[in-house]
Amino acid sequence: MKKMGFILASLTSLLMAGAAHATDVKIGVLNDRSGIYADIAGEGSVIAAQMAAEDFKAADKGINVSIVSADHQNKPDVGSNIARQWYDTENVDVIADVPTSSVALAVNEITKEKNKIFLASGPASSDLTGKACSPNTVHWTYDTWALANGTGSAMVAQGGDSWFFVTADYAFGHALERDTSAVVEASGGKVLGAVRHPFPGQDFSSFLLQAQGSGAKVVGLANAGGDTINAVKQASEFGITQGGQALAALLMFINDVHALGLDVAQGLVLTGAFYWDKNDQTREFSARFQERNAGQKPSMIEAGVYASVLHYLKAVEAVGDKDAAKVMAKMKEMPTEDPLFGKGTIRADGRKMHDMYLFRVKKPDQSKGPWDYFETVATIPADKAFRPLAEGGCPLVK
Amino acid sequence: MFELLGIPPQVLFGQLLLGLINGSFYAVLSLGLAVIFGLLNIINFTHGAQYMLGAFGAWMLLNYLGVGYWWAVFIVPPIVGVTGIVLERVLIRRLYHLDHLYGLLLTFGLALIIVGFFRQFFGVSGLPYPPPPLLTGGHNLGFMYLPNSRAWVIVASLIVCLATWFIIEKTRLGAYLRAATENPVMVGAFGINVPLLVTLTYGFGVALAGFAGVLAAPIYAVNPNMGADLIIVVFAVVVIGGMGSILGSILTGFGLGLIEGLTRVFYPEGSAVVIFVIMALVLLVKPAGLFGRSV
Repeated sequence: MKKMGFILASLTSLLMAGAAHATDVKIGVLNDRSGIYADIAGEGSVIAAQMAAEDFKAADKGINVSIVSADHQNKPDVGSNIARQWYDTENVDVIADVPTSSVALAVNEITKEKNKIFLASGPASSDLTGKACSPNTVHWTYDTWALANGTGSAMVAQGGDSWFFVTADYAFGHALERDTSAVVEASGGKVLGAVRHPFPGQDFSSFLLQAQGSGAKVVGLANAGGDTINAVKQASEFGITQGGQALAALLMFINDVHALGLDVAQGLVLTGAFYWDKNDQTREFSARFQERNAGQKPSMIEAGVYASVLHYLKAVEAVGDKDAAKVMAKMKEMPTEDPLFGKGTIRADGRKMHDMYLFRVKKPDQSKGPWDYFETVATIPADKAFRPLAEGGCPLVK
Repeated sequence: MFELLGIPPQVLFGQLLLGLINGSFYAVLSLGLAVIFGLLNIINFTHGAQYMLGAFGAWMLLNYLGVGYWWAVFIVPPIVGVTGIVLERVLIRRLYHLDHLYGLLLTFGLALIIVGFFRQFFGVSGLPYPPPPLLTGGHNLGFMYLPNSRAWVIVASLIVCLATWFIIEKTRLGAYLRAATENPVMVGAFGINVPLLVTLTYGFGVALAGFAGVLAAPIYAVNPNMGADLIIVVFAVVVIGGMGSILGSILTGFGLGLIEGLTRVFYPEGSAVVIFVIMALVLLVKPAGLFGRSV
């Protein structure tokens, strides 16, 4: 009896020890907190990561999540320094978000070198799962190939078979222009020219005038955030669309539409991974998010931060450890499921697979009010939305 | 038709005109800076934030009070000017007896605070400001489509620049200003209220920034960072023109707009740096700037 009691007691203490052995996970949200991408990611992404930890009830499951954040100012050197400091001295396990492809490509390399995990939601460059792919990176939300494929083929299908690009002069713009050109040419269209503008830019009139002079049927804007806002606003000023040319904003966020107003933005076709008004689950999340994020609905990047952190925490729980290799293997093995992107998978090259959507910006009289901006034109199924695994040139895929 | 390096003349004329339009923003902004530096010896780094205040002022008038663009053109610059006067009275004037560097640090800090404040409330994406009916649409000039909004910018800034130049160079008030720049103690001895003159000058320079902001509102995205990007270029313009030179800043503003426009045709990737390259060259050859007097 006494012996039995002893065994029970030791078993209990073992269990207790198991419960007390909580996993401490530190997530660093690294993005632009003050510049032209601060509204599509920024503090909103930090809130999204916090909401993921809360909704997952991480603390009840023996995972202590702490979240830190920093401003990379869209500069690769600043971003690299923060990433190194986080990994080396501050015990950060995961870096999340990182819009601005040039910074993301740097963080991608550092994460591989330090054997940590990079949950990329913000960056666009398809190189992250192509020639720069890494066993430590998941590219969650979207990429330039998907944008090109969505908006590019839709525009060509509507008869826009000659293109001129206005491109942000850095890694992201170049990748988006390259991927869109490939789609346009594969669909039988022609690329008449391109102009690279300094990043970030304010005055786009010269570039738009060159686009106008090219006689191309489609003016493709291979830029993002504040650059796209300024370019679309000035394209309307210079009568690009009234002159018979179509405008393709290859990467556009709901926040950009909000800033432009529907008068200017109406009719634009864009490709996205998420829209807050898609179903009850997205509406429920977005209402909670909006309350915490100064009245702004979530962008697809912020939604991607939420979903990727959620999936990461699930993998940590399943593994019972935060070892990067084990957790990455688990993340790729487990199907993903979250309220914002539904069901999906993560491919060997790190590409997260889910449906993409072709949206059209509503006319002012179709919109019921602020944030009611998109109508869904088409759903692009996951296997069609992203670059086929074999074509990316990722060394991990053999 | 002649072609220059493969660029058809229509394109070239279009780009030159656009360069001139951008140049008019540079001219109005650098004019304000030059006036302030000339009289106060303050390098006013708050100028970009005050330009942003002008654009936001127009937006607020429209959205909170329903006051349209044409009223804003007249109402906003004086309001922004008054905020400048408050800054000058409360803070900046305490630094006149110190080195330039202190004024620069103070105004730079103020700019960060103002911009941060607006970023907190309005985000960075910006706010829509629809152009008034008169400024929508445009004219086809044959070589390019000129939006009315841009044509108006060039007209308005030319008028303001010329009026400012006239006041400073040709009127009695301007003579006081110039004299006070030269020797404030002597001018004060003649019974002229120099501190008041200085305060009003700062207010006027800031109002010019606000005016440029109102002009920018229908064209560029109205966002808190709009001035930060522009102000560095404008400083380069002032340096090239010669610190404190009124005519120099106007001419350099328009001239550099033209050069930047041309760069956007021939080598767009370099358009962000061309002004700074010119600045470096000018400083090497004429350290006081093209129109500045060497000290």
